[in-house]
Amino acid sequence: MAINTIWVYAEAADGKVAPLTLELLTKARSLAGNVEAVLAGDASDVAATLGAHGASKVRATGDLGEALPGPAAASAIAEAVKGGDAPDLILFGQTYEARDVVARLSVKLDRTVLSNAVDLAVEGDGVQVVNAIFGGNTLVTTTFTGPAPHLVLVRPKSFAAEESGGGAAEVVALPVPDLGATGSAKVLARHVEESTGPKLDEADIVVSGGRGLGEAEKYQMIEDLAKLLKAAPGASRAIVDAGWVPYSYQVGQTGKVVKPNVYIAAGISGATQHMVGMKGSKNIIAINKDKEAPIFSVSDLGIVGDVHKVLPKLIETLKSR
Amino acid sequence: MNIVVCVKQIPDPAAPGALDPTTHTLKRDGKLILDESDSYGVEMGLQLATATGGGEVSLVSMAPNNEVSGLRTALAMGAAKATLVSDPALAGSDALSTAKVLAAAIRRQGVPDLVLAATESTDGYTGTVPEMLAELLGLPSVTFAKKVEIADGTVKVQRQTELGYDEVECPLPAVVSVTAGVVEPRYPSFKGIMAAKNKPVDQVTVADLGLDAGEVGQAGAGQQIVQVAAAEARQAGTIIEDDGEGHLRIVEFLEGLKVI
Repeated sequence: MAINTIWVYAEAADGKVAPLTLELLTKARSLAGNVEAVLAGDASDVAATLGAHGASKVRATGDLGEALPGPAAASAIAEAVKGGDAPDLILFGQTYEARDVVARLSVKLDRTVLSNAVDLAVEGDGVQVVNAIFGGNTLVTTTFTGPAPHLVLVRPKSFAAEESGGGAAEVVALPVPDLGATGSAKVLARHVEESTGPKLDEADIVVSGGRGLGEAEKYQMIEDLAKLLKAAPGASRAIVDAGWVPYSYQVGQTGKVVKPNVYIAAGISGATQHMVGMKGSKNIIAINKDKEAPIFSVSDLGIVGDVHKVLPKLIETLKSR
Repeated sequence: MNIVVCVKQIPDPAAPGALDPTTHTLKRDGKLILDESDSYGVEMGLQLATATGGGEVSLVSMAPNNEVSGLRTALAMGAAKATLVSDPALAGSDALSTAKVLAAAIRRQGVPDLVLAATESTDGYTGTVPEMLAELLGLPSVTFAKKVEIADGTVKVQRQTELGYDEVECPLPAVVSVTAGVVEPRYPSFKGIMAAKNKPVDQVTVADLGLDAGEVGQAGAGQQIVQVAAAEARQAGTIIEDDGEGHLRIVEFLEGLKVI
């Protein structure tokens, strides 16, 4: 193996490690002999899970209080790298938090960031990163030309998470240097606006609605159908931008990436921005008035029809079962 | 309060994209338009300038061939002036080079109270440039803002998170990136469109910004595309016209998958 150490930027909330972190640890294990986690926060609750997925160590800043993680984690990682502990590669999930961290780190280390990766490989001494562009129709492989450590942002659901059977990761302190003005943003309060039922990016079935629903009130049909199927409700960017549902419902390039067993797209035409987020679903059902809609090109079952007619009948039929 | 909004001019997303056969970078030689994502930042800038008692909203942009059509759209919405960095040396720039160029262009104008940007461009969508810009300017930042207010020298933001949102407060000057849908972008009025034609656009090169051509563009990118291949296409499935019984086909399909 041509690369020795990979760091994975770990994310956790309420003592639970994010699924994306576990996906990255699993992939990292297949690429390098030593995998370590880096965490902006306290590691005591998560060292066991991180270790069980292959991290030998977790370098943790400790509780950051009300500070945003971006400047603190980037400064701490940069200091560790400059202090001689540099890994060959640092993997980040394409999340809100990790994008802040990797962006500041990119400037501090003067290293390029390859983003939106859907696959990774080690080729000789180099790291190759695969991107899916044009809605996933074209795969582009890029390699780094500068020195290590290389920085990569990886899209969720690119790899399956598997346990390695390892013991708890050794917790090592990751000191945060003085941040000056850059660290002056403070979190005053945190709000959770998850819908009840399964989480969008973990659900076995996802039912999404789009502009074809016509008006905000009609989104209730999506909620009703989702409930009947024990599915998570989702949405296209168009109706999130229009304010019908919260941003946390959004499936797509700027929203969540989902790969459920079944994805039902109702009144969604299938803009590139949306397809990027759901194309990996095992089975896709689409309902749309326009038979030329791009969503039909990826559908296993396409119903050319009016969602206002098809959905109520579908809901009634499922209710009566 | 003075505000700078970073805007990108991109190939029309409705048109099929193409890669340059030699460099494998996205072709940008056709007509460019204002990235719709950036219209939210422009609108937010205009609203915040008004809410804080006036002040100027100016634009910075980096684009090939001295392209100004997207900038004219933002000027027509009400921005006062623009700096456009255009230089053949910038072709193939990565996110870090782009941020270095935008930071230098902002410094040339004078660092304002607030720098606004979209969370990510529609064509490149790395979502890293605003935070890089903050680091280069030595400023605090709040990214992925879905609500922005200014009071007493601080900016209050509702920041998107994986689970909901955080309320974040940050002293000015600062960099804030805004999500789509944060405000309703205005349509340029006829008067605005006419006025935009005479608004100043400062056209500068890499050398004007005091940057070395070797640290930007393809030369400074630190990355190289080694392969472009077609992805495995999804098999097209069954498409049927709804004859009033379409819902039953869906039920059968779900039964076949044993999920109901």
